[in-house]
Amino acid sequence: MTPARRALLLAAVPAAFVAVFFAYPVAAIVGRGLVPGGHPDLSALGRVVTDPRLRGIAWFTVAQAALSTALTLVLGLPGAHLLARVDVPGRSVLRALVVVPFVLPTMVVGTAFRSLFGPGAPMAALGLGSGVWAIVAAHVFFNHAVVVRTVGGLWAHLDPRQEEAARTLGAGRIRTFCSVTLPQLRPAIVSAASIVFLFCFTSFGIVLVLGGPRISTLETEIYRQTAELLNLRVAAALSVVQLVAVVAALAVGRRARGRREVTLALQPARRTARRPRGIVGWAATGAQAALVLALVVPPLVALVARSVQTPTGLGWDHYRALAGRGASSILFASPAAALAASLRNAVAATAVAVAVGGLAAVVLARRPGAAGGPAARRRGRAGLAALDTFLMLPLGVSAVTVGFGFLIALDRPPLDLRTSPALIPLAHALVAAPLVVRALVPVLESIDPHLREAAGTLGASPLRVWREVDLPIVARALLVGAGLAFAVSLGEFGATLFIARPDTVTLPVLIFRLLSQPGPEAFGQAMAASSILMVLTAGAMLLVERIRVGEVGAF
Amino acid sequence: MPEPTGRSRRPRRYRPRPPARPGRGVGRRSAGVLAAVLALAVAGAACGGGSSRTGEAGDGPPGPRGRTVTLLTHDSFAVSPEVLRSFTEKSGIRVKVLRAGDAGSMVNQAVLTRERPLADALFGVDNTFLSRALDAGIFEPYRSPALARVPERFRLDPRHRVTPVDYGDVCVNADRRWFREHDLALPASLADLARPAYRDLLVVENPATSSPGLAFLLATVARFGGDRWLDWWERLRANGVKVVSGWEEAYSGEFSGSSGRGPRPLVVSYASSPTAEVTDDSTAPDETPTVALLSTCFRQIELAGVLEGARHPEAARELIDFLLSERFQADVPGRMYVYPVREGTPLPESFERYAPVPENPFTVSPARIGANREAWIEDWTRVMLR
Repeated sequence: MTPARRALLLAAVPAAFVAVFFAYPVAAIVGRGLVPGGHPDLSALGRVVTDPRLRGIAWFTVAQAALSTALTLVLGLPGAHLLARVDVPGRSVLRALVVVPFVLPTMVVGTAFRSLFGPGAPMAALGLGSGVWAIVAAHVFFNHAVVVRTVGGLWAHLDPRQEEAARTLGAGRIRTFCSVTLPQLRPAIVSAASIVFLFCFTSFGIVLVLGGPRISTLETEIYRQTAELLNLRVAAALSVVQLVAVVAALAVGRRARGRREVTLALQPARRTARRPRGIVGWAATGAQAALVLALVVPPLVALVARSVQTPTGLGWDHYRALAGRGASSILFASPAAALAASLRNAVAATAVAVAVGGLAAVVLARRPGAAGGPAARRRGRAGLAALDTFLMLPLGVSAVTVGFGFLIALDRPPLDLRTSPALIPLAHALVAAPLVVRALVPVLESIDPHLREAAGTLGASPLRVWREVDLPIVARALLVGAGLAFAVSLGEFGATLFIARPDTVTLPVLIFRLLSQPGPEAFGQAMAASSILMVLTAGAMLLVERIRVGEVGAF
Repeated sequence: MPEPTGRSRRPRRYRPRPPARPGRGVGRRSAGVLAAVLALAVAGAACGGGSSRTGEAGDGPPGPRGRTVTLLTHDSFAVSPEVLRSFTEKSGIRVKVLRAGDAGSMVNQAVLTRERPLADALFGVDNTFLSRALDAGIFEPYRSPALARVPERFRLDPRHRVTPVDYGDVCVNADRRWFREHDLALPASLADLARPAYRDLLVVENPATSSPGLAFLLATVARFGGDRWLDWWERLRANGVKVVSGWEEAYSGEFSGSSGRGPRPLVVSYASSPTAEVTDDSTAPDETPTVALLSTCFRQIELAGVLEGARHPEAARELIDFLLSERFQADVPGRMYVYPVREGTPLPESFERYAPVPENPFTVSPARIGANREAWIEDWTRVMLR
């Protein structure tokens, strides 16, 4: 088998997964809108493109996503540096903490922001209670983890000796960062940026809850046209606009990322992390830590604070009441059962995402056509670019479109999954797999193929080469990707909210139901359940931090 | 501990072996191994994913006769597990519940899947979305014998494609304490809300994204008429009404009478909401922390029906009968904060005491709502948000 053939075979699994569970349902629902009754009718598309209001919505969607992404990057990089390169006590706790916002259901984030910045709240003067800046601030809070973890995953392994050499040769800190560190980090930064951009581009709950009724994005408009008005023609036209924008954004990202022509001498993380030195070093570290804490902690504290507020002062009443909601409660699911259901879904979704994303990453990190001529190389690159874009699309297409597509596409055997409990983890995996890909590819690309060849020449079996060369290097990145995938599923991102779903009460569903009931008790218990979800996430991430698989322990 | 990687890896850890077959890149082969491991993981995960169980109480082992009925419903549907179990025990029918978002989204999903229905029965379509469901022909007529106990005013479809199950009223709620402290009388009518005395006090939901928001819009259409209701909203806008996207933001965030302790003492919510704010059972009915203004209410009636093309139509009909049974009807107020339609159903004490039913709520016929819903929302959006 030629290498190209083998790559095709490897790519087939993730491509088929995305084709069946994403492209086919989306094509079915968009097709029903654009080809009603078998006759193509593109007039809705023309209307959407020329209607000034819809054009305004499209521009606003792109603008808020770009602004949110830029701010998340700028504010996230210091945290990535701190958690990847600086050896300070409590680092693993902080690393676990930054992921917590990522799993919070959007309604809860909305509540947290309102209780911090809303009318009459402690920080009302900042004006982040509602409107555009509230959306952007919530996006930064939410996606901070993607930048810290994805960029940090590569940063932790960059050889510090190159920076030291630059410093020795007289370059200042800033010059060293700009001309040595930044170019090496670029693939990871662009990876993180494209994920954050797509999350912000299709953000639904935050726009609705914090944006207020005057703000629409493509996502909320598609939701309105599909779920509320059942106007499939306009919805399909908007979905096409969304797809075009996402493909364009991904192409820009790919250009910016470039292809790494030089491999990096990656180092174990324990060797790259340095203790801060001197007053300046500690002051810089302190500033970075303060930034991370300022970004992540206030909304979390606000939630916990409200969970212990009772009519008679501070107390654990809401937690006790929540625990008491046993079989006969309004929710007919105890928090423990909801927790178990959440964990089951998250484990299944993570397994699928790691498998699909892992296979895809192996293919995407290849150097195409090394043996063939320039034409083969070009073809190979184009193929990889297409696969890369295809796998990322589920992040950039409306969850409503996917959910309603499921209804009309997956409706007959062998794919009659509409009422299957497997549908939820599968939908989560669609969103989670790109996170695994983005975490793995920058690291896999950096591995010098000579290492593997050398090991093979020296007689290592393929399995052993993989175990001793690839695994130790990618293990950390794989854990990062798997951790984010797990968090995505635990927080019930997007897609599944709009699917007719079997009545599995997960923790976010429990929180959602509590929040939609009147009365101080239901509200307090929703906050208590959110706090439990936060602690659980932090705990799970801390556990991941401690996983050491044989030699992987070195990383 | 060996150095795991880097150019400096020392080769002597490897036992010398003949090199791999020529023409096969080792890196690629290791990729193949990785691929095999991951493919196994896919297979394993697919099995694992399929085994996750649902948490629905009625979703236990099938009854003696092993029949199952699937109920499509909205996110707010709730029933006590023992009530659902009693149905399974008596009929031998296991109930599988599918949830599909809010009422509007659920109806649209049912319309979209008319050819191959998702479920056997649907519960939760209300009078604001009824005509879309009826026009799309998603229901099969069924006249439940239990309908005899339901007053005529709740029966919205003479052809019995849908059966009424419960009703509730969307009303403006007021924070009593705030009005007492500010020495201001509670608004007595919808017209009052646009008066300067009540400036900046009211928060409402966007009818395009919220069901109580839409109900309140319909109350104003019923009160002021199809040609003048927008004038009232213009006055309300000038009077500083605040619009938010959903009930949760309005009630828990902006309303001063609930947990959020927001700044506004008037909110569009439900006639039953005040019961949830009473923490002390000895509270007198006219001393509740919040009160629903019964002259501002719009009546919502929730209905159920057998879906056309259902796989288990017989079981679906039995389920409809069960929704009108004494047992289920008595369970409705405590679980869903709405009132049972069946005459003579006992209400929980908190409802009797703190949630009186408005005597003359506003109504608009389902057909008129169906013909105008989108246009009214569009007009409202133009006046209020642009």
